[in-house]
Amino acid sequence: MTRNTSAQSRHTNSTVTWLFRNHIWLFLGLAIAIFSLASPYFLTVNNISNVLTQGAFIGILAVGMTLVMIDGEIDLSVGAILALSTALAIGLQEQIGVWPAVLAGLASGAALGFLNGVITAFSGMHSFIVTLGALIGIRGIVFIYTGEDALMVQDFSYTEYAEIYLGPVSITALTFFLLALFFQWVLTSTRHGRETFAIGDNIEAAHDAGINIKRHKIINFTICGTMAAVAGILLSMRLGTAEPNAGKIWELWTIIAVVLGGTRLTGGFGSMWKTIGGVMTLAVLRNGLRLLNTPNYVELMVMGAVLILALLLDRVLSSQTEAR
Amino acid sequence: MSNQTPILTINKVTKTFPGVVALDKVSFDIRPGEVHALVGENGAGKSTLMKVLAGLYKADAGEIIYQGSAVEIASPLDARHQGILLIHQELSISPELSVAENIFLGAWPTNRFGILRKSKLNKDAQSALTALGADFGPSVRLGTLSIAKQQMVEIARANAFEANVVIFDEPTASLTDTEKDLLFATIRKLRDRGVGIVYISHKMDEIFDLTDRITVLRDGQVQGTVQTEESDVGQITQMMIGRELETFFHRAKSTLGSEVLRVEGLTNTRHFRDVSLSVRQGEVLGLYGLVGAGRSELVETIFGVRTMDAGEIYWQGQPTGRLTPRKATDLGMALVPESRKEQGLILGQGGRANISLPHPSMFSRATVMNVAAEMRVFDTYKKQLEIKTTGPEQALSDLSGGNQQKFVLAKWLCADPKLIILDEPTRGIDIGSKSAIHELIAGLAENGLAVIVISSEMPEVLGVSHRILTMSEGRMVGQFSGDEMTEKNLIEAVSHRADGVLASV
Amino acid sequence: MTSTNLISGLKKSGLLVAFAVFLGAVALSTDSFLSIGNILNVLRQVSITGMIAIGTTFVVITGRLDLSVGSMLTLLTVLLVDQHNQVGPLLAIVLTLAAAVGLGAFNGLLVGYLKLNALIVTLAMLSFLQGLTLLYSGGSNVNIPNAQTTWFRFFGRSDLLGIPVPVLLFLSVGAIAAFVLTRTVFGRQVYAVGGNETASNFSGVSSARTVFWAYILSALATGFAAIILGSRVMGAQNTIGQGYELTVLAGIILGGTSMLGGSGSIWRTVLGIAMLGFIQNGLLLMGFPYYVQWLVTWVVIIIAVWIDLAGKRGRVLA
Repeated sequence: MTRNTSAQSRHTNSTVTWLFRNHIWLFLGLAIAIFSLASPYFLTVNNISNVLTQGAFIGILAVGMTLVMIDGEIDLSVGAILALSTALAIGLQEQIGVWPAVLAGLASGAALGFLNGVITAFSGMHSFIVTLGALIGIRGIVFIYTGEDALMVQDFSYTEYAEIYLGPVSITALTFFLLALFFQWVLTSTRHGRETFAIGDNIEAAHDAGINIKRHKIINFTICGTMAAVAGILLSMRLGTAEPNAGKIWELWTIIAVVLGGTRLTGGFGSMWKTIGGVMTLAVLRNGLRLLNTPNYVELMVMGAVLILALLLDRVLSSQTEAR
Repeated sequence: MSNQTPILTINKVTKTFPGVVALDKVSFDIRPGEVHALVGENGAGKSTLMKVLAGLYKADAGEIIYQGSAVEIASPLDARHQGILLIHQELSISPELSVAENIFLGAWPTNRFGILRKSKLNKDAQSALTALGADFGPSVRLGTLSIAKQQMVEIARANAFEANVVIFDEPTASLTDTEKDLLFATIRKLRDRGVGIVYISHKMDEIFDLTDRITVLRDGQVQGTVQTEESDVGQITQMMIGRELETFFHRAKSTLGSEVLRVEGLTNTRHFRDVSLSVRQGEVLGLYGLVGAGRSELVETIFGVRTMDAGEIYWQGQPTGRLTPRKATDLGMALVPESRKEQGLILGQGGRANISLPHPSMFSRATVMNVAAEMRVFDTYKKQLEIKTTGPEQALSDLSGGNQQKFVLAKWLCADPKLIILDEPTRGIDIGSKSAIHELIAGLAENGLAVIVISSEMPEVLGVSHRILTMSEGRMVGQFSGDEMTEKNLIEAVSHRADGVLASV
Repeated sequence: MTSTNLISGLKKSGLLVAFAVFLGAVALSTDSFLSIGNILNVLRQVSITGMIAIGTTFVVITGRLDLSVGSMLTLLTVLLVDQHNQVGPLLAIVLTLAAAVGLGAFNGLLVGYLKLNALIVTLAMLSFLQGLTLLYSGGSNVNIPNAQTTWFRFFGRSDLLGIPVPVLLFLSVGAIAAFVLTRTVFGRQVYAVGGNETASNFSGVSSARTVFWAYILSALATGFAAIILGSRVMGAQNTIGQGYELTVLAGIILGGTSMLGGSGSIWRTVLGIAMLGFIQNGLLLMGFPYYVQWLVTWVVIIIAVWIDLAGKRGRVLA
């Protein structure tokens, strides 16, 4: 009501504002604290290494998803793209060799992401619909390529790549963190990254300023598809097999992780830091529950409940920091 | 002092849309270092002309001469590069980006790899900000600033891009008095720098305060261009509407009946505090105040859209308890809200469906809709309010503002309310419909309705009301009736806070 | 919303074009495709998805989503089948429908009254209900031992006047839903809230309550679908409903109902779902493995929605 805010209440506002904008770290801290108390195995080096690796797969998907979400879009096809790149990376090895096969897998992700981007940008269709179609269709392509059974790698030394570690950090986890850090830098320091916020925040202003929105979105979807392919390659190295159902539902977990972290579905707001927080919180929760030998259903129910609580928290915090 | 050679000349520009000639051989010019007002009722062509200048539309005929030579303005970015900048009513900003990033949106300095050169960006932004006397820096997130400061950031683009012409479209719509002073100071600074400024507004007090020349548009044609010093409100209004101001407003000649609504100590902690008022049958109660005073929030709280934190509402003498729009409607209240697009109508639907929405029991039998009844009521009001529409199913988004507003009225009047609250009922409406609405308001009061009218237009509120309440910063600060209802009294009332101190930020 | 609008709308619709082309192609390459028997067969196969989609259409028209329907279907079918063996089919059905309404009310409370994001809430419910199912069933599958004799078989395995009961249920529930949507006060409020939620609230329509009831309808429809499914399979695995939410959404989208809300209809949904069914059926008849339909569905969705959108906008490119 009054436009005068005293210096003190302005200070309180900024602390609350920070909390509101970064609440995932509270969650993560809480989760870690709870599980370290509940299980002696939780804070061991070995387990932490596992948590990092397990979370990294969704994490790499989440890096791409975060970019697309800040743009105000969504990509439901990342799980399917992951499956296709896994299948190609393994399936083509005999014909063209290991590294060309891996490259083919990556290229497929980039190409499909590009396709999603082009359709979204040029048709004006909402990316929800475009990528829903892709989710269904690309899964079909996977099955057509692999048949109903999993493909297996011929030369099992391929799986040794997944065994590369830097101390306790596996190459998968390392890739996740490096990608997240790289794209966080892109978001804050490059024109493309800042334009992502501009477009997600106020698309008319961005358009009037001459920003090429179509090209921008195509780039982000291509990146998202490529990230899904990277995750797929790493998965293939870990498992040595390519299941046609690989990555099923993973897009949903990815969305959960990104939104849990605090990036907004509506666009214009988010960061890779938040995504790292969300991914790790999810990984800690799942790992912790498994360590406690809780039955499968607990994990699923807890995930659902935590997500809803996070939404409620978000709602409460935002109503308190509303300026008008 | 302004240079006499125009920097921008619009020469016989014509722009047509299917079915309407928006601009008809319009010619006028802007000189460097002058503030040139562009006035006219909605539909007169101001916004079309402005969009042509800013590169959003292309003229069908005529030429634009800028800095001595004929130019084509292909897009807003092109306009900006040439030095013509448009400041919309809805700010063209991204709250998540920094001030500097907003100023230079679309033109950020980068190196070869697309990496932002932040120090150059911030330095350039700072000089633009300093030239405006801004008290904030280039790297703060825009979302943390007030609306007035955000507007300053947009204006800073003028300095940043070395604009020669800046067009302001109703810039004071959301500003408090002090913020308006800040804006005017900024505009004057730009003018002194030699920028030619086009100032689009319908607020006469601002125009006569700020501008050097005034061009009046009516129905897409220029009625004339005058020196502000040599003109007055009466002449301008006459040019705008083609008839005298006095016949513009109608005050109802009604007999006042019993009290219909009374509120005591009404409070919504975020927006207003301890407000009391009452209104009787046949009475037109005006509610005047500046933007931000809390008037809309007040009536929305009475109607039940917003929550009531404290106070009592009495309907026909009986306490109502907390209201919801449903309860309020059933009691006999009606609210014609401030924004017809967002709050008043479902633009994707036709008139028939819109009219019946608040009154399910009136238009249904055992929850099944009675389409015949809807059609009848539609036809009744189409005739009565003279609404121009092709039929009951024509999407309301196709209609003009005035016709849309008539549907909002129809929607409430069809249920014979006892109280109707109108929030800025003639904002953004063409002159013909405006006058019709004023007649309607008088007619309603004469028929025994209690009417509350919120208006920010002094002449309007003075013209239609029997009694005027003034609000300032969430408080009721004055009540005037009869001879007390003068411009001077109203302005004085709203310039002060409830405690008598001059209102300031 | 009147019938002439519906027909002219469909006439301009791109999805019909795509559909007609597809039907033509398939009909040319197989004999039995357009026979009555096959058509009824297709309708029977889509009756479960279709039943759910009828309810979810209400949610989509208000501008929301319901991704929990797949997990809800699983839970409800498991509950139904298990309770059938414990308290008999009648009570089991009542219990299941009550549970459905309860779940829908919960969704409606969160999305309608608390105004939380629909995508996230129903996604969270997808996970939560999956867990709840595992909790309830203890991980094992349930079966109905007296499958041949129980009257419960009526819903999924019988015919009435030569038409499979699932199809009759699907179409009659569809007709009732269409009536509610187009001719009742509630239906108007659903379209209003989807068209402009703020204006609806200002007009005395409680958007919270409208959305709340839309979710209940979506869940109730899922409950009906569970009855048909349980009756047909006479058992339930823990994954029986997995993936249904995608097909339901695909069908609604294909039918031309806008994800933004404010427009659409039950018959569009029925058509969209039927199209998906015919795609699957046609491809199978042509000898393709089942997963080829997914690829075709993708292409059809993109083409149909693009054409539809282009038709509304008056030009092809955005």
